[in-house]
This record gives sequence, structure tokens and C-alpha cells, in this order.
Amino acid sequence: MQDNSEKKNVSRQFKSEVKNLNFFYGGFNALKNIDMVLHDKKITALIGPSGCGKSTFLRCFNRMHDLYPGNRYDGEIILYPDDVNILASNVDPIEVRMRISMVFQKPNPFPKSIYENVAYGLRVRGIKQRAILDERVEVALRNSALWDEVKDRLHHLAFNLSGGQQQRLCIARALATDPEILLFDEPTSALDPIATASIEELITDLKSKVTILIVTHNMQQAARVSDYTAYMYLGELIEFNVTDTIFIKPKNKQTEDYITGRFG
Amino acid sequence: MAEESRTKIVPAGKLGYSFRRHLRERFIETFLFMSAVLSVAIMLAIIMMLVKESFIFFQHVSIWDFLTDTQWTPLFDDAHYGILPLVSGTVVSSFIALLVALPLGTIIAIYLSEFAPFTVREVAKPFLELLGGVPTVVYGYFALLFVTPLLQAVYPELPGFNLLSAGLVMGIMIIPYVSSMTEDAMRAVPMNLREGSYAMGATRFQTAIRVVMPAAFSGIAAAYILGISRAVGETMVVAIAAGMQPNLTWNPMEPAATITAYIVQVSLGDLPHGSIGYQTIFAAGLTLLLITLVFNIIGHVLRKRYREIY
Repeated sequence: MQDNSEKKNVSRQFKSEVKNLNFFYGGFNALKNIDMVLHDKKITALIGPSGCGKSTFLRCFNRMHDLYPGNRYDGEIILYPDDVNILASNVDPIEVRMRISMVFQKPNPFPKSIYENVAYGLRVRGIKQRAILDERVEVALRNSALWDEVKDRLHHLAFNLSGGQQQRLCIARALATDPEILLFDEPTSALDPIATASIEELITDLKSKVTILIVTHNMQQAARVSDYTAYMYLGELIEFNVTDTIFIKPKNKQTEDYITGRFG
Repeated sequence: MAEESRTKIVPAGKLGYSFRRHLRERFIETFLFMSAVLSVAIMLAIIMMLVKESFIFFQHVSIWDFLTDTQWTPLFDDAHYGILPLVSGTVVSSFIALLVALPLGTIIAIYLSEFAPFTVREVAKPFLELLGGVPTVVYGYFALLFVTPLLQAVYPELPGFNLLSAGLVMGIMIIPYVSSMTEDAMRAVPMNLREGSYAMGATRFQTAIRVVMPAAFSGIAAAYILGISRAVGETMVVAIAAGMQPNLTWNPMEPAATITAYIVQVSLGDLPHGSIGYQTIFAAGLTLLLITLVFNIIGHVLRKRYREIY
């Protein structure tokens, strides 16, 4: 009984818990003994120099590494409230991806209409009813602040949108399936400053609906949008804390050097 | 330091114009241009020859007769010059070939591009391409001496020469062209598009059908058009296995001649140059060229319309 209520407590705070995670590209140990948590309905940022493993870490959460041969996970990523290790071999990566969505570095809309792009995740789940699709597409586009710009041309090809709009479309696509965690892999690195600002605003707004993990190269961005920040270096998690603490009073010298621009 | 290395390459006070470099560039450019011109010139020469010789033919036979007469008997005393029997033979054999080659070629391409592990692909691709390297005359006898008897075991009334067997074997022959080009087009689709689909919880098959194939559409269309052109223009297999009698039929179980088979027949025969019988092959050749031209234009339009944007 008590055990149960304790678990509930944990699940209320944490959306996910990473326990002693190691990841291998063939023989290369790309992530080393990572322990971390994702706080529910909060934004967690991963920062660190190129090649530090932050994208590799992000892509463990939706089992993206399963697509390529020779990759191996070791350790656990527990998803709450299920209390299930999503890296376990008896968990289907497709089911994981149905609950944990991802937005990529470069906008990657499909060669389909705006509507069909957003409806894609629903369609691959077998949803065919027009009314449901229409409603979900509209809600997702509204939540990604794109509805007003595209409502009159939902059936036009998505490629005709600007880069920033395409990225918001990709966010709408990820939102349409009601994910529990949303992963962002440097979502603004291919965008201009104005589009970046609108995406950042959007990410902040989404916090009330979904737990967010974002990889970013841009430290100001991490400072602006995130509640928690993790600094990674050479596959290790150097420091993880509340964002303000990381940026104002980092405990670790390496983190401080990176943040103050002395290194990286 | 940058300053130093720059002074070494172009010494100060020596900025000028290198006549030799420009001459060499101009020479290369001219060579490349001539190569391009040559292929276009050959194409134009072929068209001119066909049109000129066909013109002589059409002075004796009206275009109306050519297009509507249902008999093709230029070598008989009672000569008829209706192209339709040859067109029907070409259409039926090509249709059967494409019925085999397009679906199978596409399925193979989807498997190799989206499902096959690296090692399987590396082994399977050369074998497939070997299939395209077999001389067509071998395919012809394969159709006549192996496939036709096989079909006759099922349909005893099937004649020894028939369009069905020729078409089926032609289809097998074309598979590697279709599969190889389709696979190339699908593999050229960037990985981030696939990952976008997988990240939405799609399976491999859903990703292949719903994202990769639409993205590769223009390349796939080009592969199909090439397959069609190959089928329409194929000569040896039909000449050997389908018989050489012009026969206006849409029934694949009958023997018939195609345009190409007829051209071979006349070219090998002993008709005097300049005779009307001899001129028929140019009219037939022009017809063939126009048919393939139409498909090429369709392909071009499709490519333009659905050009690859990732």
C-alpha cells in the first residue's frame, strides 16, 4: 500500500527516469552511465559541445537507434505512470514512438498536403473517421500557432510553407497524436532569428500540455526556455540541475567553463 | 600567416590574365559541348532518315489507310498496309511484360531499399543486374523452348508461337531495369524524411508506401517509363517466341508480330532497296519512335510536375 503511494508520488513529479544508461554504436560507448530525470510538464534542455552525445541521448527516448544495426542500449529509461522500462527488449519501439514524439533539426515535412502531414500519425494508427481527423488536425495546428496562417490552404503541399512554418508544421504533426513527451533535436538551428523566436515561444507554451526534452546548441536558448538543464561532455552527464542554478551557479568547473564560453 | 601564404601563390604585382589557363578551360568546354552535340545530332539524323524514307512510303500509301486498314500484308500480291496488326502485337506483348515487370520490379525495389539488410542488398543487386545482362536472344529461346511448353502443359491449345510467353519473358527481362532505377530513386530519399515517419510510430512498410514512395515519385515514374520503352522496343524475344505473322488481335494466346519483329523480318529478307515493301519498315519504325516519344513526354511531364522536393 505504502509502496504504491510512493510510486504515485514519484510519477507525479517525474515523467521519466533514466537509470545508469549506456549506449553503444557498435563498439563505441557513446553514452556513459547516465542518471537523470525528466520532470513532468517541464522543459529539460540538453547542452554541451558537438559530439558530446546529447542527440544520441535524446534519440534513446524514442528508440530511434533501433532503426540502424549494431546499436545497443544498456540500462533503463523508465516511463511514468506506467513504470515501464522503454528500452526493454519486450517493448515495441513503435508503441514507444506513439507516446513519445520527436521534432527534428531540419524541418522534414512529408511530400503531402499540410492536412495530411498533421494527420499522418493518426493515419498510421488506423484512424480513418473524417470528423476525428479534422478535429485533431485543427487542434494540433492551433496548438502550434499555425492554424490562422494555413487554415485556407490545408490541402496545399507542405513544401510551399516557409522554413519556420514547416518546423511549426512538424511540431503540429508531433502534437496531433497527443504525445506524453516531446523531443526536440536542435529545432531552431536551421531557422532565422524571427522564426526561432516564434518556435521558442511555442515550446514555452506547450509546457502546460506535455513534458519536453530539448537538445540545443544555443545556450541562451536553453536559458530562455528550459526549467532544467543537463550539461553533457564526451558521453557523460556532467551536471544536471535547475536551469537557473546551472547558468548562475554551476557546481562543476567544466560546466562553468562551457557556459561562460571559455571552452566549447 | 594567411597573408604570407597568399603572397606565395600570386606574388605581389603579378595579378593578371593567364592565357594558358583560359585556353585549357576553353578546350575542355568545347570538347564537352561537342560530345553533347554529337548525341543530339545522331538523334536528329535518325529522325530525319525515318521521316524522309517514310515520306516516300506515304506517297504510295495514304496515312488514312496506314492507320485504319486491319491487314498488314506488304509482302503479298494483295498488299495491305494497315499498321494496326503490328501495333496490337506490340501493345499486347508490352502490356503483359509490364504486368510482370512493374509490380515485381517495384516490390523488389521496396524490399531492397527499405527492408533488406546491408549484406542481402550487396549480394542481391549484382545478381539482379546480371539478369539484365543476359543477351535478349537467350531470353527469346527461353520463352520459346521453356516457357511456352510450360504454359502448354496448362493450356494444351496454346500455339507454339504466342504473345503470352513472349510477354512474360520480356517482363522478367525488364524487371532489373525497373527495380534498379526505382531502388535508386527510393534510396535517394533523405534519411531525415524516413526518420520523421518512424518517429510518428509508423512501421517500415507504412514508411515505404506513404512517405518514401511519394517522395521518390519522379524517379519511380522515370523507371516505369524506361520499362515501357524497353518493352515497346524489345525485338528479339518477340521475334523468336511470338511468331512473325501480323495478326490484329488483343488475345495474348495467339501468335502475332510486333512492329520490331516485322522490321527485323524485312531487314533480313531479300526485298530490293527502294521497293514499297522495303519502305514499309521506315513507316513502321517511325510509328515505333512516335509511341516511345509519347511515353517519354508523359514521363517528362510527370517528372516536372512532381519534381523531388525534400
